[in-house]
Amino acid sequence: MDPFRPYLAAFAARFQLTLQYRTAAIAGFGTQCWWGVIKIMVLAAFFAGSPGRQPISLEHVVTYTWLGQAFLIFLPWNGDPDVAEMVRSGAVAYDRLRPIDTHGWWYARALAWTTARVAPRAALMFAFAALVLPLVGLGRWSLRPPADLPAAALFALSIAGVALLSASIVVLINVIIVATLDDRGANLLVAPFSNLLSGSIVPLALFPDWLRPALRLQPFAGLVDTPFRIYFGDMAGWQALGGIGLQLGWAVLLAGLGRWWVGRVMDRLQVQGG
Amino acid sequence: MDALRLYGRYTAASIRGQMRYPASFLMTSFGAFLATAADAVGLWVLFAHFHHIHGWGFGEIAVFYGTVGTAFALTDAATRGFDVFGDFFVRTGAFDRLLLRPRTTVLQLLGHELRLSRIGRLAQAVLMLLIGLSLVHLQWSPRAAILLLAAVAGGMALFAGLLILQATLAFWTVESLEIANILTYGGVQAAEYPLDVYAAWFRNFLIFVVPIGCIAYFPVVGALGRHDPLGAPDWVLFASPAAGFAFLGVALWVWGFGVRHYASTGS
Repeated sequence: MDPFRPYLAAFAARFQLTLQYRTAAIAGFGTQCWWGVIKIMVLAAFFAGSPGRQPISLEHVVTYTWLGQAFLIFLPWNGDPDVAEMVRSGAVAYDRLRPIDTHGWWYARALAWTTARVAPRAALMFAFAALVLPLVGLGRWSLRPPADLPAAALFALSIAGVALLSASIVVLINVIIVATLDDRGANLLVAPFSNLLSGSIVPLALFPDWLRPALRLQPFAGLVDTPFRIYFGDMAGWQALGGIGLQLGWAVLLAGLGRWWVGRVMDRLQVQGG
Repeated sequence: MDALRLYGRYTAASIRGQMRYPASFLMTSFGAFLATAADAVGLWVLFAHFHHIHGWGFGEIAVFYGTVGTAFALTDAATRGFDVFGDFFVRTGAFDRLLLRPRTTVLQLLGHELRLSRIGRLAQAVLMLLIGLSLVHLQWSPRAAILLLAAVAGGMALFAGLLILQATLAFWTVESLEIANILTYGGVQAAEYPLDVYAAWFRNFLIFVVPIGCIAYFPVVGALGRHDPLGAPDWVLFASPAAGFAFLGVALWVWGFGVRHYASTGS
């Protein structure tokens, strides 16, 4: 039997189920449009006051902001809500009984959970920011196409890297939830760091020079900064491949850490309730 | 008077309940502090790079940010009952019980919970306000103090109005709609910057439709002793926080309309 079959089945089932939440996707899209508009007006006002050369151009910042809104859900804010619920109800013990690898099982489900929520929102956001805005004469404030064909291909590769990295972090949060038997702590503490360190609140290019090299090496940068710079050609060729390598390196390293930790936590798991 | 005493008892019960779990209280408060602090660090990064926005410096922006943040944190703590109204009261039919009691629905929903964990958000906003006020070397005067207090009070009324409108929607949708977050959280986000930063259509929206600019912008400009770049006369700076209370009045009227049209979900 194909050893990957249970994981693929878990992925497919969760993906299809998550895709059903259409109202949530449309509400999320509306919120992200509003947020994008505010962010772009503020950034444009900052740029208007500093005519000199900037580490990132206004045109790229606008594209960066729309991409950020399109792929916002990739940011690991929370652990998997299903795992948190299993911890509350004690059903997490059943995962000990399945004849499969717990980490792989959770990883497949987390990957499906994030990608199925991102896909409709990203499609709507591209339609709005890349097609509708130029058509109504707001081309200056629209999401521009990728720098060139290789940039588009590398960006697609890099978005796959984002999905893998994001799922690695979500599973790590799951493990913390199981270890602390409470989902509130981990959920509250990770989100501010992933928002700030990924470059989602402010592009990493605008951080102070002395901080930037370190910021671009840490894992959260691979969620926003790396793929978006590849998109508009700020990272190209070998540099882009290096960035994707770093993304995948962190994804593998954090997945490995999660895997080791799941084993330890599950060995001494105490189930609540009865 | 009786209503006030009753609200005091509701609040005391809510606080006692939350204090049964001190670790949870500390953790959620710290989480709320961190979440808004990340935004504040973002603001600092932007100013470290650009130094100013339309002639406003970091200190002034911190005053705008702190004022609107303080108002929102206070209201957000008090209006939990309205925030969860759709899921907790309408869908479950629990609202029927509130209607049977000889007190107003607004009082009972305000008494539902005073969310202590919002102290994290409040602390962060007050800290930003203090940092801002010391950076701009504000000349304290009765005028400045009154304007800042009026801004916070008007802001609290406005956000309460928004949350009541969000709850009113639930009479028809039977669930809490997150879409109202666009105006609450999104409004806070927009009001962190002075109005002259925005395009005219957006600015007019923030003055005349959802008057968040009236509570967060005009009075703060007056308190800072600046001349309004939009050209508002002095009396507008003083009168504008009243728009928050007017908005709350409209929201309460709409709420009454919703209550009259409430059809229970049954059980």
